[in-house]
Amino acid sequence: MAEPAATVNDETAVQAQTPKKELGPVFKAAAGPTKWLDDRLGIAGLGRPFLRKVFPDHWSFLLGEIALYSFIVLILSGIFLTIWFKPSMAEIEYEGSYELLRGLHMSEAYASTLDISFDIRGGLLLRQMHHWAAAVFVAAMLTHSLRIFFTGAFRKPREINWLIGVAMLTLGIINGFTGYSLPDDLLSGTGLRFVDGLIRAIPVIGTWAEFFVFAGEFPGELIIPRLYMVHILLVPALLLGLIAVHLALVVYHKHTQYPGAGRVQGNVVGYPVFPVYAAKAGGFFLIVFGVLTLMGAVMQINPVWVFGPYNPAEVTAGSQPDWYMGFVEGGIRIMPNWEWHIGSTTWSWNVAIPGLGLMGLFFGLMAIYPFVEAWVTGDKSEHHLLDRPRNNPTRTAFGVAAMTGYAMLWIGGGNDLVATQFDVSLNAVTYFLRVAVFVAPVIAFLVTKRICIGLQHADRDRMLHGAESGVIDRAPSGKYSERHRPISAAQAFTLTQHEDIPALLPATDTDGYSEKEIRREQLRRKATRFFFIDTLRRPTRAEIEEAEHHHLHPMIIGDGEHHAIEAEEEHHLAK
Amino acid sequence: MFGPHLNQDMRGIRVRLLSSRRRHPAAKALLLVFGLFMMGALYSVVAPPVQVSADDTVTQQVEEGRALFAVGCASCHGLNGEGQTSGTIQGPPLAGVGAAAVDFQVSTGRMPMARPGEQAAAKPNRYSDEEIAALAAYVATLGPGPAIPEPAEYTPANISAEDLARGGELFRTNCSACHNFEGAGGALPNGKYAPPLVGLDDKRLYLAMLTGPQQMPVFSDEVLTPEDKRAIIGYLNALHEQPAAGGLALGGLGPVSEGLWAWIVGLGGLVFFAMWIAAKGAKAK
Repeated sequence: MAEPAATVNDETAVQAQTPKKELGPVFKAAAGPTKWLDDRLGIAGLGRPFLRKVFPDHWSFLLGEIALYSFIVLILSGIFLTIWFKPSMAEIEYEGSYELLRGLHMSEAYASTLDISFDIRGGLLLRQMHHWAAAVFVAAMLTHSLRIFFTGAFRKPREINWLIGVAMLTLGIINGFTGYSLPDDLLSGTGLRFVDGLIRAIPVIGTWAEFFVFAGEFPGELIIPRLYMVHILLVPALLLGLIAVHLALVVYHKHTQYPGAGRVQGNVVGYPVFPVYAAKAGGFFLIVFGVLTLMGAVMQINPVWVFGPYNPAEVTAGSQPDWYMGFVEGGIRIMPNWEWHIGSTTWSWNVAIPGLGLMGLFFGLMAIYPFVEAWVTGDKSEHHLLDRPRNNPTRTAFGVAAMTGYAMLWIGGGNDLVATQFDVSLNAVTYFLRVAVFVAPVIAFLVTKRICIGLQHADRDRMLHGAESGVIDRAPSGKYSERHRPISAAQAFTLTQHEDIPALLPATDTDGYSEKEIRREQLRRKATRFFFIDTLRRPTRAEIEEAEHHHLHPMIIGDGEHHAIEAEEEHHLAK
Repeated sequence: MFGPHLNQDMRGIRVRLLSSRRRHPAAKALLLVFGLFMMGALYSVVAPPVQVSADDTVTQQVEEGRALFAVGCASCHGLNGEGQTSGTIQGPPLAGVGAAAVDFQVSTGRMPMARPGEQAAAKPNRYSDEEIAALAAYVATLGPGPAIPEPAEYTPANISAEDLARGGELFRTNCSACHNFEGAGGALPNGKYAPPLVGLDDKRLYLAMLTGPQQMPVFSDEVLTPEDKRAIIGYLNALHEQPAAGGLALGGLGPVSEGLWAWIVGLGGLVFFAMWIAAKGAKAK
């Protein structure tokens, strides 16, 4: 049975893949099983266009991959942890090998976490890998989303994928929090109490919501099993589904690329998946796995045995959530103590505004931004070329302002550590942040916008006068001047490939439009002025020609030839 | 066998000598001198000589302490330790703080303060042990307060594993709210703080609980028995002596420092690798 199949395989494989070349041992070995699968599943038909699919090369395109690979590490290490973890709040006496807690009463969840840490072979390593992977997972997602934001990769046709990304970031944070709560140690219990407070702060229905979530008074006996279900089943399943859609859409839309020679909206310049990206991505997965393993091996994280078992009567200084909840913690810490009492109800604005409001604001702003910008620009075209952040100064400034506000809240989340580590007053830190959380983003906005426009000026100078050579000439009259070298065609492409978006004056010809339509259009035009009025226009052809005439030599020399060849090759592959 | 005879003879001679001289003109004066001498000798035997010298030393030590107090402490606490509660320079009254409080504050360098402030910071101590004892003796005379404990009271020697675990519970219930789960210290309002408890000796920890320095509440022997205090000290020692399971402790400040390392080492390191990978072009297409 094996013999005839082998001959057929050899023939087809040779013909299908590389007709003129002898196959290596790996391909020969793979040919049989591949053929077997192809006969039954038709994978060759699916695989071939995918294997030759072109992806552009840039390190910032790998941030999403870091998130994906961390997620895989999370699943693998998580499976190990579920084998030993007992999601139960039943009280038992600890009899394990950590001496300083032996004989104390604690929940089974906490005791089994101690067992994983001290009594199960490899348990502490995998626990720490899982926790580090979680911290890196959310960090990579957030950084990835910043890359998407600053390069404008959320524009049409990728708005839905952006929303999926926002949903995954939310789910990642939720899952991080549920996982942080599971060991039932003093810190995680305090964190759970924090969330209990957030739930109670929901106006009017807070108490009922709390009783629903905790099945009675805090902490009750069901919250850990419930969080366990959310942590290992509900959210991971949702994440897996969304990751599949996210990646499928990346393939469908094709990857965006940075502007450069030969790169236009209609092509993708880069390398094919097979063999280049298969090797790069496979190697990168192993690197991520390796880094996370090393971190788990040599860097202590969440030493629950030091914190002790959760006891609602106890609390500890330095109680903080993991970093991704830090901004909410900070909001709560710097919020003035505003509270209403109306009739028998309490309206805890001190918790509701920073706690519920900030999370809503954070994810809400992220979700609507692409649509706001599309509305302002009125742009209905597809974008596959990325913006250089400087070429949309207002967007970039908005992004940096958001990061600055987030950073202020972040500092607020660790205000006690800022106070002790830098020897300043806790109150001073808090009062400063109450102002800074509003003022710092405005300053960041203005500064960033000016820096972007400054960089645009530098680009424009480079286009019109060439690159600075560092050679200074002194004229007989004593005047100094710097010689400029012409720039390459590839660079000229990069500097001029963006689109100018006009800032619109108020509409004057408003006949035939309703009052509402006019108001909306005037508002939009006002927004375009806010966004684009001081953005630098890119140099026109006439300006470049005039500059060349003025300098008596070409400003751009054609060395883009080999780029063009590469681009040409990939052009038909991509489409 | 000859002894009694000889003794009888000698006694006979002495008695005869005394009786024959008893009407001598100097006899009265001599008897008076003898009587006074005997009284003096008797007094010196009956009167306790040790007490005499101790009283003397204590008085001397208190006087020494009073002199040191006038130089180093009185500007804030008043010449007689009555305290100053108004003005720019203030200090609490010291009646009843006891020798233990003085020992803690001065030996850790917290007192005398370098300048008025929210809280006295620990700094190198400039007083000798004798000087601290003198100050403590003087302040102890101002009112009854806790005395300096003996080593047996604060040393958690031969502490049982059960007591260590109990000490941990006591620590988490009474101390960690300000001093952090690991005794790393924490912030309090208005620039006040709970100092770190790492690397402190047993006596210091015990004295702090006993006297409640600065912002700290007093944990008197009724609240935390000496045994409880020893359990807490034993727990802290064991906690800080045990090797850090799971690798480098990274400051032991909890999730904030962990987040910092996740970003720097984790994401930062991986971005470095991403740059490296993206910089490597394909050799063959």
